[in-house]
Amino acid sequence: MKFSVMVNEGPYTHQASDTAYHFIRAALDAGHEIFRVFFYHDGVNNGTRMTTPPQDDRHIVNRWSELGEAHDLDLVVCVAAAQRRGIADADEAKRNGKDGDNIAPGFRISGLGQLIEAGIQSDRLLVFGD
Amino acid sequence: MLHTVNKSPFDSQSLKTCLGLARSGSDILLIEDGVYGALVGTAHAAMLDQALKEVSIYALGPDLKARGLPEDRLIRGIKVVGFDGFVELASANDKVQSWL
Repeated sequence: MKFSVMVNEGPYTHQASDTAYHFIRAALDAGHEIFRVFFYHDGVNNGTRMTTPPQDDRHIVNRWSELGEAHDLDLVVCVAAAQRRGIADADEAKRNGKDGDNIAPGFRISGLGQLIEAGIQSDRLLVFGD
Repeated sequence: MLHTVNKSPFDSQSLKTCLGLARSGSDILLIEDGVYGALVGTAHAAMLDQALKEVSIYALGPDLKARGLPEDRLIRGIKVVGFDGFVELASANDKVQSWL
């Protein structure tokens, strides 16, 4: 079965990033496909590589990057939500005249159309947030 | 349809609203702070007892454990599932509604 997941909450807030991550891992373990993970609203904060949690805490951002690399996941950050919260890749940084980018490995910035497409192309769309 | 509820009924109306709108035969999965709703003997327990006549209610085991809630304190009829069970519920139902 083809799943897509939407994450609307930032990391280290309540639990949405963790629940989404563990759901996706369980779905992959069961042999399902993850079509896309779409990060929206404060969820875009899951995609900054500047995150530096204490060493004894889980690294939510790296965890996404590693899972993305291992399973070739499409981790999409909403561009409008990202601009508001200072999440930029090299192109966005240049386009907006910023002095650097901060997007984490494996994430890409794109538009809301990617969420709509995920809803159409997937058998199930699950939303995690607060 | 699978409904997921991630708020404690002591903080939010979402469980009450969900139970009020869920059709008979629905699956309802309590996750995150939603698992507090599964506890026996609370002010909300009667609402869940009533709902269990029409719907199936599940609680996510790892979230119970993270909160120190033992499974023997749950309302009778509520089933405990892991993330694998969450995936199975999401597959078995044609839609998933998150009550945020």
